[in-house]
Amino acid sequence: MVADAELLDEESFQKNELHVEPAGDICLSVRNLNVWYSDFLALNDVSINIPAREITALIGPSGCGKSTFLRSINRMNDLIPSARTSGEIWLDGENVADPNTDVVRLRKNVGMVFQRPNPFPKSIFDNVAYGPRIHGVNDRRELAMIVEKSLKRAAIWDEVKDDLHKSAFDLSGGQQQRLCIARALAVEPKVLLMDEPASALDPISTLKIEELMHELKNEITIVIVTHNMQQAARVSGYTGFFLMGELIEFGRSTDIFTTPRDKRTEDYVTGRFG
Amino acid sequence: MDIRHSFDEELQQMKQDILKMGSVVEEMLAGAVKALRERDKNLADEIIAKDDIVDEYNLNIEQTCLRLLALQQPMARDLRTIAAALYIIKDVERMGDYALDIAKAAKKLADFDPITQLVRIPKIAEIVQKMLRDSLRAYVDHSVEVISEIAQEDDQVDTLYRQVRDGMIALIMDNPQVATQAVELILVARYLERIADHITNIGERIAYMETGQLRELH
Amino acid sequence: MANSRIEKLKSAAGYIVFWVIAAILCLAYHMWLPAGAIICLGLVFLPTILLDGLAKQKYIFTLLSFSALFVVLPVLAIIYLLTVKGFPAMSWEFISKPPTNMMRDGGILPAIVGTTYLVIGTLVFAVPIGLLAAIYLSEYAKPGRFTRIVRLAIVNLAGVPSVVYGLFGLGLFVMMLKLRTSILSGSLTLAVLTLPVVITAAEEALSSVPRSFREASLALGATRWQTTVKVVLPNAVSGIVTGLILGISRAAGETAPILFTVAAFYLRDLPHSIFDQAMALPYHLYVISTQVPNAPPKMQWGTALVLLIMVLGMNLVAAIIRTKFRRSKKW
Repeated sequence: MVADAELLDEESFQKNELHVEPAGDICLSVRNLNVWYSDFLALNDVSINIPAREITALIGPSGCGKSTFLRSINRMNDLIPSARTSGEIWLDGENVADPNTDVVRLRKNVGMVFQRPNPFPKSIFDNVAYGPRIHGVNDRRELAMIVEKSLKRAAIWDEVKDDLHKSAFDLSGGQQQRLCIARALAVEPKVLLMDEPASALDPISTLKIEELMHELKNEITIVIVTHNMQQAARVSGYTGFFLMGELIEFGRSTDIFTTPRDKRTEDYVTGRFG
Repeated sequence: MDIRHSFDEELQQMKQDILKMGSVVEEMLAGAVKALRERDKNLADEIIAKDDIVDEYNLNIEQTCLRLLALQQPMARDLRTIAAALYIIKDVERMGDYALDIAKAAKKLADFDPITQLVRIPKIAEIVQKMLRDSLRAYVDHSVEVISEIAQEDDQVDTLYRQVRDGMIALIMDNPQVATQAVELILVARYLERIADHITNIGERIAYMETGQLRELH
Repeated sequence: MANSRIEKLKSAAGYIVFWVIAAILCLAYHMWLPAGAIICLGLVFLPTILLDGLAKQKYIFTLLSFSALFVVLPVLAIIYLLTVKGFPAMSWEFISKPPTNMMRDGGILPAIVGTTYLVIGTLVFAVPIGLLAAIYLSEYAKPGRFTRIVRLAIVNLAGVPSVVYGLFGLGLFVMMLKLRTSILSGSLTLAVLTLPVVITAAEEALSSVPRSFREASLALGATRWQTTVKVVLPNAVSGIVTGLILGISRAAGETAPILFTVAAFYLRDLPHSIFDQAMALPYHLYVISTQVPNAPPKMQWGTALVLLIMVLGMNLVAAIIRTKFRRSKKW
């Protein structure tokens, strides 16, 4: 968890009543994060403490920077040539926004699930085993165990256990997404980032994924970006509202959705502007 | 802010209906007290009939609220408004029932000779009527300040009620003949006191609607 | 209906006037062929003005189909001509024996062997360099001046005339590097010639692999190289192989580059090492068609037929690979 030294530094931390500190352990501590795409400031001085073993939802209108924020955590923004970052992201006592960070190790610890299911054109088994194999696991039995465990955690084991060597593309959209979740879980991350994971899926698949998130959060910290406010309300314990690159309000989801303090948050959650 | 225009319109309509329900109860209260003072059985009957209107409002507004909850996924202030509405109409409906009871008492008392000069009961009625008007206005204006006034007036009503009760008990002990009328009068004062309590509840809900905090005013 | 036809003619008046004037001018200046062409074109396109709706669609569709047919005709003509004229020369002797009697008789075995060695040599040099360059451009290069220069260089390389390649090969490999006219020089020269084709095709194949695969792989903690090797390359193989084969088949048929760098007029023995000269089919065809007096025509056509079979064969293999992989491609 975050070293005490960092937590004591209140100066650099936005301290106002729009920002409720999570009770309990903190998993990720973001300080003064700025992200530019060329000249465009996509994230403006964002500071937030993400609680451990909870589901934190990030909501906000299109283009408000929530996806950019998510991708900063596991340094996927590095893939965009025009992206520049400043600020600190503290995870396990290490600032992962530092250019010298071992990004490969970071991404093993911080997994990601994308908006559109993107399984590899391989078998179900090979999809889930891909991560462990990359990181050096080669023993057949061990891989089989990992694959089974991950598929169970992703609530899809019963549906695929009879033929793990079927192509991943033979699965339905909802199943593919759960397969991607299993694939991400196979490397045992501490944090799981989900970028609108259910937006391309039907309602039943969406609910299945929300259910498995509830199960997972007992072991893993989950941060989910979503356009769907009802989903954010259903699923998360804490919610952060982003607008035009700034974090406007952060607190318990119950409060954000029943008694938000900032008018902009109120207007957004009541659907008065989208 | 025009995105949820139809939803806003429905919310407006719901609030209007609550106001109308409240004003019917206002009329019932005024009429019942008048019937009591002027021993007017016809007026009492009119008031009794009006309770059906209140009950109908109650049912309709409740349906509307449930429908809005299911279909519109209201959040934050919208959610609190609808939740508050569900409680408020319950209180208003009970108030209507009490006004009805006062009218019935008026009818009964009209058959008897008056046993005393009615002084405190009209005073209570006056305060309660003011409380009701103020609460309805607060509902429209979103003005939370008048609600603490209502709390104080409720205390006054409680005090006056106890005075009436004690006065009537003394009367009965003096002159057991008048027990029937005296008890009716105690009951009337009690009904008025209960109405005041319900108005205080409404005040609490209005404050919740505005601030998101639910605080006891009694 | 007659009225509307006249309306249409009126609205197309401008075009019609132009055509008529052009035709008349050509005829006036005795330019018979252009005149004939203009008149024919005019007549062919006239129905598109006069017809309407479904009839018009059908007419235009027929017109376009015929145009497509014209593309196929030359290929069929070549195959037909070569087969008819070259088939008499075909025999086991022809492809297994060296030429005799000052190349008027016998076979073309050395040329076949030489071309085969050259193809292998080109592959050896062009594949690694081309593939790695394509991987760099597709997976690693950041947009910037260096990348732009590299791409510019590839485009320019593709436009260099093949005879210039020959001279380049002569200057660099044969003379400066002292590799002498040899299979090595020839292969290197042909490799440079093939490089743009290979790089472009490979880069195209790599780019066609959806970005989402790479993102998923990287997000699991894979390095870029692991991602390239385990996810991108396997899915780009068919495109890369197709591009390779097309490039090689082109290299197999080039004459000018091998003229200065490897080709021999006549060799008694087959080449023993890469430092030997070799005969090659394209050059051999040129030789027996122009340098050998009284060479029987069927030898020339036969050589051409063998070369054609080789090249078309490779293209066919490429096409088969492409279709087979397209069918099994699930994304």
